[in-house]
Amino acid sequence: MSIAVAATQTIEHLDRGPLSKDELAALVARDIPQGSYVNLGIGQPTMVADHLGADSGIVLHTENGMLGMGRAARDEEVDPDLTNAGKIPVTELPGAAYFHHADSFAMMRGGHLDVCVLGAFQVSAAGDLANWHTGAPDAIPAVGGAMDLAIGAKDVFVMMTLFAKDGSPKLVPRCTYPLTGVDCVSRVYTDRALFLVGTEGATVVETFGMSMEELDERLDIELHTL
Amino acid sequence: MSRAHIVTSPAEAVAGIEDGSTVLVGGFGMAGMPVTLIDALIEQGASDLTIVSNNAGNGDTGLAALLAAGRVRKVICSFPRQHDSYVFDGLYRSGKLELEVVPQGNLAERMRAAGAGIGAFYCPTGVGTPLAEGKEQRTIDGRDYVLEYPIRGDYALIGAQTADPMGNLVYRKTARNFGPVMATAARTTIAEVRETVGLGEIDPEAVVTPGIYVDRILDLSALASQEVAS
Repeated sequence: MSIAVAATQTIEHLDRGPLSKDELAALVARDIPQGSYVNLGIGQPTMVADHLGADSGIVLHTENGMLGMGRAARDEEVDPDLTNAGKIPVTELPGAAYFHHADSFAMMRGGHLDVCVLGAFQVSAAGDLANWHTGAPDAIPAVGGAMDLAIGAKDVFVMMTLFAKDGSPKLVPRCTYPLTGVDCVSRVYTDRALFLVGTEGATVVETFGMSMEELDERLDIELHTL
Repeated sequence: MSRAHIVTSPAEAVAGIEDGSTVLVGGFGMAGMPVTLIDALIEQGASDLTIVSNNAGNGDTGLAALLAAGRVRKVICSFPRQHDSYVFDGLYRSGKLELEVVPQGNLAERMRAAGAGIGAFYCPTGVGTPLAEGKEQRTIDGRDYVLEYPIRGDYALIGAQTADPMGNLVYRKTARNFGPVMATAARTTIAEVRETVGLGEIDPEAVVTPGIYVDRILDLSALASQEVAS
């Protein structure tokens, strides 16, 4: 069950450049409903936590066995027994709960988490996700909890740059990297635009420093508007 | 012997682990990693081991040291590649180590199944990905699932916070991670704990791993006081 979009028509923000990483994190945070149970993936998605208001009632889940995770630990707060999934020392909030790994993934797989935010190498217009393996022959495969998260949360938001360093789009007709999950992503938040993806293809919700026309030119997929 | 037994030395804790054993090793990174038991296993000398753990060693200690000592044939884990997994990386790249990558939730659930007597289970994780290739699939109520088999251990080496003489265990914060599941999935479970308390001193409502799953307990605080005494 996907979270409904507030906007009623596609908005082109042409009076500005692309979103910074921090602005992108703020945009994701804006769209997470109050009171949600949320898992933030390793890396850039972690920045979303900085933009969740203390009064949002949002509870953070970390797959290594905790609900009610607080911010990163500082100085004397660092406790080797208390880390997030990226193995960074974190803090606990009042009302936190600990549980073992099988329970942690059961609550994910069982559809109890509302939102999961993940990074990606590629996402397809149909919502397929590739974020665990480049497929390079010398790369050591490492999947962690990515496949479990991709199919577990009610809504999977991807957070990434729209274009790779070589300029090629990361929102694609079909993923060329090995898949993490099929038809699992509901939204793609990028520095250039916010997309809804799924069986009906890609719909642009907002653009940042790029017009629909420019987007259409740079991407190999059909784009719908609200 | 089914009742938990408090051992007095790391060597006694890992005694009898045979060459070729499958050993479940707790911990998520270093949190919950039973470093003293792993060091004792290196000293004990068992080789040709299959290690089941979330990661494949960090830095030069713990699991990384066991790998470096050449005792491991195969690693089953979810996330071998880390910024400080150079020991694993080198052995894997030189073809000296077999690797089975398992999604983290499947790793936990496959051990849970082993401990709970489940023959196999249908799981939605990994459908349509390379990790599901060659596995039996089935559509149930319109959703696709992959058949996953249990992972059983001959031994489990885990870390916990507190034990009592019954073998009941309590963990601390996210160091709990795989410990409770691994304790159920192995023929012999060996726990290193930071402290032991007297019978009845753990609130029965607060026990996380009941003693029925635990065979040997090594009390690290008792070891430390032995060292001070000698």
